[in-house]
Amino acid sequence: MSTTSLTRGLGWAYLLLGFVFIFLPVGVLVLFSFTARDVPLPPFEGPSLQWYARILGNERMVEALINSVLLAGVSSLVATTLGFLGAYGIARNPGRFDGLKRYVIMAPITVSYLIVGMGLLVTFHVLGVPKSLWAVGAGHVVINLPLCFSIILAGLGEHQRNIERAAQDLGASDLQALWRVTVPVMRPSLFAAYCLAFTLSWDEFIIAFLLTRFDVTLPVMLFELLRGGSSPELNAAGSVVFVISVSVVLAAVALTFRKKSPG
Amino acid sequence: MSTTPTSDRPAGQPGPPRLFRSELTRWASAPTLLWTAIFFAAPLVFMLMVSTWKRYRGKLLPEWSLANYEKIFSKSYLLEGLFNSVEVSLTTALVSALVAYPLAYVLAYQVPARWQRVLLILAVLPFWTSYLVRSYAWSVVLGDNGIINSFLIAVSIIDDPVQLNYRRAATVLGFVHFFTMLLTLTIYANLVQIKSSYRLAAADLGASRFQTFLRITLPLSMPGIMVGVFITFVICMGDFITPQILGGSNELLLPQAIILQINRAADFPMASAMSVLLMLTVTVGYFAMARWLRLDRV
Repeated sequence: MSTTSLTRGLGWAYLLLGFVFIFLPVGVLVLFSFTARDVPLPPFEGPSLQWYARILGNERMVEALINSVLLAGVSSLVATTLGFLGAYGIARNPGRFDGLKRYVIMAPITVSYLIVGMGLLVTFHVLGVPKSLWAVGAGHVVINLPLCFSIILAGLGEHQRNIERAAQDLGASDLQALWRVTVPVMRPSLFAAYCLAFTLSWDEFIIAFLLTRFDVTLPVMLFELLRGGSSPELNAAGSVVFVISVSVVLAAVALTFRKKSPG
Repeated sequence: MSTTPTSDRPAGQPGPPRLFRSELTRWASAPTLLWTAIFFAAPLVFMLMVSTWKRYRGKLLPEWSLANYEKIFSKSYLLEGLFNSVEVSLTTALVSALVAYPLAYVLAYQVPARWQRVLLILAVLPFWTSYLVRSYAWSVVLGDNGIINSFLIAVSIIDDPVQLNYRRAATVLGFVHFFTMLLTLTIYANLVQIKSSYRLAAADLGASRFQTFLRITLPLSMPGIMVGVFITFVICMGDFITPQILGGSNELLLPQAIILQINRAADFPMASAMSVLLMLTVTVGYFAMARWLRLDRV
């Protein structure tokens, strides 16, 4: 009996230690974004909001932030739409090549972001396509498609097919059934996919680094800033990135679970 | 392609439901497949092609040769990046799995069910700090005047700060932090799917808790471990930021070497060849673990 409680105690201790390890960098990041000193190092003095004021007053930083939000907003919309179409086609029109189609759509997940970015960089370079936020967006859709596709495919169940059939029996065309029945019913999955894609796109670094020149995103901007050494300004910007990402994720989790519970 | 008219089939008649035959569902996947073909598959083929070209007086010379690959394998400093990357990635995967498994185990079997979801969400929350910011945060923690050195000096374990940044261990630490979260998730998802009756049966048949773990739980949780290990390997092999910020430039990993070719030398063919090598290495990793990974069944 005592060995059991000992192992349970060890289990809890390990869990606590694990959480300390997981949260240490985030905690330090956020804490020292409020420092009154010039360096993000102990001892902590403050709290002060000067570093947040500094980044909000930095025009290039705000511009990069807007670029990142635009990029994530648009590329995630495309990724979610294409992920949905891919999943819809496979779920509703089963055929011999389904395995192959799934494999093709999922393939980018087996490849590093660096490779996706390098492929686009080399191709655009040779074809003479200039670097731009659009090029980055194309890459972000590629990396997010597999995730959107698999989340949405998992949500396209058999009972929904029955509702679609009912709609069609009642005279709805395919397109009407898709737009007025399938899409509304699928809203939780679509929303979850969109949010996940958004958070992954908006702080993605390497593809944005390779494919932009002037219209840089926030992570690229932070990387440039980092070359000048550590500064509480980076802590503040990093905390903002973290808070926005976590808000999007928690909103997605909350909405997805709320939609699920009555059904 | 021939299409079956759909509107004249009476409702409820057996046979393929009419939805299956519609033009809309037939072509719905096409844009998705097309996007992947144009912006993923084609650029990779292009990169493969460019990797056999040469750079001559600042321009690309489209002449087929394997010179770039020969150069990689004959110049040790180029090949070293690959070896360093494989070593760091495998070390990371191993250490992360060792750290994450007990976490997932305690979460799945010891924590009361109603707390599990909350703790799990908490455990992956820092996942959403950008990896750039996370690496930066670690570099501050590990710095000469950072939290760890300050603490060790305060409790008199050391007198002078120890250099923790800009070495391989710092890169591995940064990676392990990230992948502990990921592996905890994949292993937990696997552990909660194992029927408790298996473990009860083993206990009934006289197995000790340790034997039960070793012969029932561990083998059944291998898929969860391997999925996590594979994702870890893929991401580690291709990550530029973590080694750049935490490891510095004393010892280059393959992605750092690739970016150097782009930014310093503007040698696209060479960078392409090294990227192809990176891809091949990951592919080899995939086949080594293929029995646990079923991508087409996601």
